[in-house]
Amino acid sequence: MDKTINVTLKIWRQKGPKVKGAFETYKLDNISTDSSFLEMLDILNEQLVSKGQEPVVFDHDCREGICGACSLYINGHPHGPDDSVTTCQLHMRRFKDGETITIEPWRSAGFPVIRDLMVDRQAFEKIMQSGGYVSVNTGGVPDANAIGISKIDADEAMDSASCIGCGACVAACKNGSAMLFVSAKVSQLALLPQGRIEAARRAKAMVARMDELGFGNCTNTGACEAECPKNVSITNIARLNREFISAKLKD
Amino acid sequence: MTKIDAKIPQGPLAEKWSYYKSHQKLVNPANKRRLDIIVVGTGLAGASAAASLGELGFNVMNFCISDSPRRAHSIAAQGGINAAKNYQNDGDSVYRLFYDTIKGGDYRAREANVYRLAEVSNDIIDQCVAQGVPFAREYGGLLDNRSFGGAQVSRTFYAKGQTGQQLLLGAYSALSRQIEKKTVKLYTRYEMVDLVVIDGRARGIIARNLVTGKLERFAAHAVVIATGGYGNTFFLSTNAMNCNGSAAWQCYKKGAYFANPCMAQIHPTCIPVHGEFQSKLTLMSESLRNDGRIWVPKKKEDAAAIRAGKMKPTQIKEEDRDYYLERRYPAFGNLVPRDVASRAAKERCDAGFGVGNTGLAVYLDFSDAINRLGENVVRARYGNLFQMYEKIVDDNPYETPMMIYPAIHYTMGGTWVDYELQTSVPGLFAIGEANFSDHGANRLGASALMQGLADGYFVLPYTIQNYLADQIRVPRFSTELPEFASAEKEIQDRIAKLMSIKGKRTVDSIHKELGLIMWDFVGMGRNEEGLKTAIEKLKAVKKEFWSNVFIPGSGSDMNTELEKALRVADFIEIGELMARDALDRQESCGGHFREEYQTEEGEALRQDDKFSYVSCWKYMGEGQDPELIKEPLDYEFIVRQQRNYKA
Repeated sequence: MDKTINVTLKIWRQKGPKVKGAFETYKLDNISTDSSFLEMLDILNEQLVSKGQEPVVFDHDCREGICGACSLYINGHPHGPDDSVTTCQLHMRRFKDGETITIEPWRSAGFPVIRDLMVDRQAFEKIMQSGGYVSVNTGGVPDANAIGISKIDADEAMDSASCIGCGACVAACKNGSAMLFVSAKVSQLALLPQGRIEAARRAKAMVARMDELGFGNCTNTGACEAECPKNVSITNIARLNREFISAKLKD
Repeated sequence: MTKIDAKIPQGPLAEKWSYYKSHQKLVNPANKRRLDIIVVGTGLAGASAAASLGELGFNVMNFCISDSPRRAHSIAAQGGINAAKNYQNDGDSVYRLFYDTIKGGDYRAREANVYRLAEVSNDIIDQCVAQGVPFAREYGGLLDNRSFGGAQVSRTFYAKGQTGQQLLLGAYSALSRQIEKKTVKLYTRYEMVDLVVIDGRARGIIARNLVTGKLERFAAHAVVIATGGYGNTFFLSTNAMNCNGSAAWQCYKKGAYFANPCMAQIHPTCIPVHGEFQSKLTLMSESLRNDGRIWVPKKKEDAAAIRAGKMKPTQIKEEDRDYYLERRYPAFGNLVPRDVASRAAKERCDAGFGVGNTGLAVYLDFSDAINRLGENVVRARYGNLFQMYEKIVDDNPYETPMMIYPAIHYTMGGTWVDYELQTSVPGLFAIGEANFSDHGANRLGASALMQGLADGYFVLPYTIQNYLADQIRVPRFSTELPEFASAEKEIQDRIAKLMSIKGKRTVDSIHKELGLIMWDFVGMGRNEEGLKTAIEKLKAVKKEFWSNVFIPGSGSDMNTELEKALRVADFIEIGELMARDALDRQESCGGHFREEYQTEEGEALRQDDKFSYVSCWKYMGEGQDPELIKEPLDYEFIVRQQRNYKA
């Protein structure tokens, strides 16, 4: 049989970006430990709506840990206490009966709150637009096997490319730095011959855009790597720094 | 009687697409800048189309329901993408990919469309590699392939278990580049809520800004919908929470035919349902069937003991296990197409051999593969999937077999399009899962990514020009035209009505009720009586919804309950059309299984003489029965056979 627990939720409620927010406390009983964290919030919202109140707004979509939509700072950790998962994959079996759970939005200058737990991550879009691509048009490209790529490089590029753009790295960082996000994309493309051609230009453009948008600097605390739900490594940041410095030296 | 013209080009099968491309009309670069195109959706099809059209020089407006194109549900596709490269030298060819797709779709797709799909499949792989998609490679540096259901060759390209993610990020990066160049303007957190038709042509949309709650008008020379499928009609599916059929449904109500609505795919390998609070079902990639063996206990008493928690699967001896797919289909074994594997699982569970505490689960066992290849190899191939399973179920699949059960996954039906991907409303195009076209009655694994990208990169950017070439003298439209005002008024009234009901039911509770009716009567096994019952029940659900739903908050502000309500209102009607279509189609084919039509061995039995057509449903107004228009499927090039995966 399912095991159930009772929990107390302290949830950040905020009507809009310019409105002052506050914590609200809710009690939820008989939550199955097999339910996911977001299913627990669904249950809360059903109860709120049934009482004529407005539901807690939070971003979510795929609910299988890949779209990067869900966020939430849970008990002081982005995506909660479990390792290597997003909030949608976090399950209530990770919490104790009677526990108080604090739920906040990403808190970072780069990600203003839209409402409640939903934040604006357009800054990531703007960084991608500054150079997170290989500049090729559709059509007129060589055969896929015309370029040989070592398996080691391809696998490493894949590891960098597994970033889901959720923003946990920025939320975890005391400086509000977006270096892990930027370096993952720069690394993926720098490791592959297709992306190598404009690697210098890309590193400079993405770093410039990141700085422009007000993200902080990296001081190597490693919090981003520790909290990344996809285990993107900070060796990517080292690679970005190398790419950036060598690009600047050539200027 | 309305006639339907699919506009299939002349000539031999293999030359139709080349013939079309050499004879179609094009738009010159100076004129492209003057033409506006709206693309709704930013998944594989939408992002690739918006990027490609932007590169060509058109002025593109691209609408995204989420905060970023990267959230689109294409991102969740795990296993891979098919292409006829024949890199493995195992006998693959464009013709074989075409043939497998037609056969896999149980002969209910158009030959010419499918051949074109197979033809451009190779270009997609080239394009993605050029973009920096990190496909899996061999030590020699060349691309690796794996095999998938419904094929006897290895033609599936993959990037770990995250192929959809990597392909979408490729298309998204191409799109981002165009946004920076200002050829594409991206609108995030916008949802299309109506199509605007002027003088019989699609000329714009009304979209709801999901942050402010305001309705906004957008005009263009052509509108493309790339808004995915309607699997969430069932409430529980493998689709993401935001996936919905509303954009397609608005187009239907504005005159676009809806084709083969009953054709929905049930995916055989999903994590079984575990509780009432469940919000979605999680897919375990079909690629697992490469190395996993599917079984249930041979003895009913063993199955009962497992269900009661008195026995573990590992305690069941080899000779007491029924590897039912290998037993029934020796030639394809665990790699039969999805519809066949799903029905076989249902058959065993219905017969009392199911496992798990609900009895609605079968085992997917990797112990043989682990013994043969070692745990490390299995981990390298499927590590992320095993981790995902363990996080959800709290069980280690390296030690205990996984439990799986079928779930709604994909809809082959959708907005009807001709060979040019144009709907029955001139100037309105539909691409990707949103259209009905290429998968017939059942889609093969790793073919959705192929079709989405084929439409977006290599088909639509050509065919839309054939339409736009006539539009170069048409000036930009004003959104002050009365057609925009009346479309906006219509949706405003609808929202006001929903907000004014102030009943007692939450949107989700009605959606769950809808889902259960769909699963019970319009799911894996359908029959005349059940479908008629479903239609009656759905009418009652519709009445309940429009008289007893409760939505808090305001209609002109951010309101997540209202967003869901607008979609559920449409899902109820889509569900009814699905049941109606399933009732009409008195045959079994692919994902559509009518219990009255099966072979003695329980396989799908088609009725080619009567049902070899695409069902195109035309909206006739609220409260009216839709008209059924039939597009005949004439097979000129291949001979239809009973599908056989046994020998």
